[in-house]
Amino acid sequence: MKLVDWRSFRIATLFQRSRMNAEVEEELRAHIQHRADDLERSGLERAEAERRARIEFGGQEKFKEECRDALGGTFLETLIQDARFSLRVLRKSPGFAIVAILTLALAIGANAVVFGVLNALILHPQYVPRAESLYGIEHGSDKDAMESYPDYLDLRDHNHSFQGLAAYSIAQAGLDTGENPSRIWVEQASGNYFDVLGIQPYLGRFFHGADEHGPNSAPYVVLTYAYWHTRFQDDRGAVGRVVQLNKHPFTIIGVTPPEFHGTLLFFNPDFFVPIMNQEQVDGQNLLNARGRRWIFMVMGHLKPEVTPAQAIADLNSIGSYLEKTYPQDDGQMTFTLARPSLYGDYLGRPVRAFMTGLMLLAGLILLAACANLGSLFAARAADRSREVALRLALGASRRRLLRQLFTEAVMISLMGGTFGLWGSVVLLRGLSVWQPLPQFPINVPVNPDANVYGLALVLALASGFLFGAVPVRQILRTNPYEVIKSGSTGRAGRRMTVRDLLLGAQIAICAVLVTSSIVAVRGLARSLHSNLGFEPQNAMLVDTDLSMAGYRGDGVPAMQRRMIDAMETIPGVKSVGLVGQYPPTAMMWITPIVFTDETTDLRPSNAAASPVMYSISPEYFHAAGTALLAGRDLTWHDDKNGPRVAVINQEFARRIFGSVANALGRYFKRRDGTRIQVVGIVQDGKYTPNLAEDPQPAMFLPILQSPSSETWMVLRSNRDSQQLAAAIKSKLRDLDAGLPFFTQKWSKQMDTALFAPRMATVALGVLGVMGAMLSITGIFGMAAYAVSKRLRELGIRMALGAQRTEVLQAALGRPLKLLAWGSAAGLLLGLLASRVLAFMVYQATPRDPLVLAGVVLAMLLLGLIATWIPAQRALSIDPVNLLREE
Amino acid sequence: MAGQAQLLPGTLDLLILRAVSLGPRHGYGILLRIGQISGNALLIEQGALYPGLFRLVRQGLLKASWGTSENNRRAKFYELTAAGRRRLREETASWNRLAAAIASALSQQPEEI
Repeated sequence: MKLVDWRSFRIATLFQRSRMNAEVEEELRAHIQHRADDLERSGLERAEAERRARIEFGGQEKFKEECRDALGGTFLETLIQDARFSLRVLRKSPGFAIVAILTLALAIGANAVVFGVLNALILHPQYVPRAESLYGIEHGSDKDAMESYPDYLDLRDHNHSFQGLAAYSIAQAGLDTGENPSRIWVEQASGNYFDVLGIQPYLGRFFHGADEHGPNSAPYVVLTYAYWHTRFQDDRGAVGRVVQLNKHPFTIIGVTPPEFHGTLLFFNPDFFVPIMNQEQVDGQNLLNARGRRWIFMVMGHLKPEVTPAQAIADLNSIGSYLEKTYPQDDGQMTFTLARPSLYGDYLGRPVRAFMTGLMLLAGLILLAACANLGSLFAARAADRSREVALRLALGASRRRLLRQLFTEAVMISLMGGTFGLWGSVVLLRGLSVWQPLPQFPINVPVNPDANVYGLALVLALASGFLFGAVPVRQILRTNPYEVIKSGSTGRAGRRMTVRDLLLGAQIAICAVLVTSSIVAVRGLARSLHSNLGFEPQNAMLVDTDLSMAGYRGDGVPAMQRRMIDAMETIPGVKSVGLVGQYPPTAMMWITPIVFTDETTDLRPSNAAASPVMYSISPEYFHAAGTALLAGRDLTWHDDKNGPRVAVINQEFARRIFGSVANALGRYFKRRDGTRIQVVGIVQDGKYTPNLAEDPQPAMFLPILQSPSSETWMVLRSNRDSQQLAAAIKSKLRDLDAGLPFFTQKWSKQMDTALFAPRMATVALGVLGVMGAMLSITGIFGMAAYAVSKRLRELGIRMALGAQRTEVLQAALGRPLKLLAWGSAAGLLLGLLASRVLAFMVYQATPRDPLVLAGVVLAMLLLGLIATWIPAQRALSIDPVNLLREE
Repeated sequence: MAGQAQLLPGTLDLLILRAVSLGPRHGYGILLRIGQISGNALLIEQGALYPGLFRLVRQGLLKASWGTSENNRRAKFYELTAAGRRRLREETASWNRLAAAIASALSQQPEEI
């Protein structure tokens, strides 16, 4: 059956119209002229003949109109007609229209949002010319891209596959432009960075490879556009100014274009400095330390004729050379290539997995919505069978009827799509400017683009046709005489099965969604209550880096002592601890390798473990709320002159010494051969932001033996956090007014760690709620329809003495049975999908009795809510009234 | 115009088809031809011819092309398509049956019933 007459469907139809009018006019004129010719021949004057001919012809305008009608409507006109009719029909049943449009708006909106994020994070090419050939280099063994500077130089100079290799690292630094010292985020970039990426400056110039003349030789700053805009108010005079970076003079030489903020999609540094000046930024010179991997990523464009596989082989041959030449520093050196925008596979893989899973679920939502609307449409078509029959009897073709029906469906879906898209655009715009972690310049640029609009349109049209197609068979089968004779109630039997199937499928899908959201919520609850190994409540963190204020060497520990002493004088502070580097669950952590005491060949491949390392002050465990299980705490006497000691956690003890009881008093070795004695053992905890991690070994070294200018203080206090922050600020200002620092509650800082699971839970939760809503409307629609169709039958049953339970069973047995089967199928599918879920959430296993019970309970509740009103209606039937009315 | 009969609804199309079946004609020519073959016994409003023509073209029974008339004027000429020829045959047969039946019904005398 052809619904669209393609011959008459042309874009130019409207223009054709005027040509056709002209033709009609010419034809009628020719007729009158011919008639006038005849009259003239019979002896009339020409003028008189034409007048007579016109009179004989009759009302020209009227006939022209009739001609146009006879020509028939074109595709577009029929469409407009159908649309008008559909609007009238929909306005007559606003409840149906609103439910349908809202359902679709939600479903299409959810898809647009998820796709928008997917589009921005994974599909969207980043702002780098020729992004398709840009690859980052990752270690094949641990999916980590960190590299040491000497290794980077070897990779850069000896490969034959890349047009050039650039490197960057991320650091924080203190900036002093003359007013208010502030902490800023810096990308330390190799000299060739901008040239390799092919970026041109917006203002001024960039630094180049030729600017590198050894350590600290290139004190230049390139501002990102955003930072130039906010901090320097678009002042073109900023270029050429000298600023103090960690108390070292740097010259601002240029500004990047607005679109470019480095190659990490979600990270917005404030500016770029040459990696040559690493010592001034980081406080130590690691340019010659082959064993220290601190470069964040090495990347470059592949040469046009080189395939990724060839490049990997090329890199691996350099790698094996490095392994052999520097066994002390380089362990296994194999490489793979990955996209730099999500930091290769490290973030890319989980993000891709999560987004793919989410997209899948969103697609399921849309399918469920279509199934829902399909059965609504089928029910409506059954209700309208009288109207359909009448129209058929009056001579409408079935094709025309179907066209009108599809127009109605597509109109609903387009309206739903429009609302959904509108909502998703608002949401995506909001997401784009949202900075989830105030301390970090992180945001997710997910502005909707043409792809998103296109997808929403396609989805709207497709779903319109999908659910519009459900009642087609019904219409085609309508026999007008039968329907008008007997009414539409008689033949409910077989026709219901399509709807039953749809509803069952929809309930199954919704059960999958509900399962996954309950799994996610449970996972989040678990990660919140997992054993952290410290107590984030009532603890305040003060975070600074002393090198930013110019402290070097012995000045650092001395200042740290003074800071601790100052903090301890604040009233209400119970204990103060200090940890160099980042505290547990912060964004960064350090994992140096250690060896057993017996190992003599200290090459990386012989390492016994790579524990997370912390340099701490004596009171730290107390302040952090970490329980000391055995041995002693560290003291201020564990200094440079004392024997090297450490406190380790249980996992460390188990891995290196076999058991906790065994570990106390034993020794282990660090990379440089230092022997360290274990003097204490603390409880296990969480150390990285990934709260789902397996227990990790950790070691705590005395800050005096393992100094660090990076400084975090932990203050345990019951005082109000704002008062406390003010007190901390004034104390630190007294000590050194030029020290930039940041205070926040530890629980707040935990947001970083909880960000990913929270987002996952919110996303899955929203989808779950939508699934639940859809199944409620679906079951409700079906139950209400079933009751209304069978009112008369139920009335008769009641009149004959049926019990309430029997009536209920008759009225609602079917939807409830569907609910049970659908939920069971959904639960089963949910169990099968647990692998997908495991990617997304912490300890995701739907095989958890609580989850199973939760799903069953939720589906039962949904069924109860959805059938409540229809059940009430069935019970309140008054057989006498009903039978009299009918 | 006394002595002329009103057209029955639906019969104009049949007359047009018949007129055109005798050779391609333009609108005015069709009108004249209908007058001629019906012995000027039928009253057709001149303008009413055209909606009928357009309808038949749209149904694919006639096809139209522009040409020059015997009066040397530009005019649209109509001719039958294969479908039109078929339709004319069917309609003619069915009309004849109807007419015969009606005529027979009307010509019966009371005693014969």
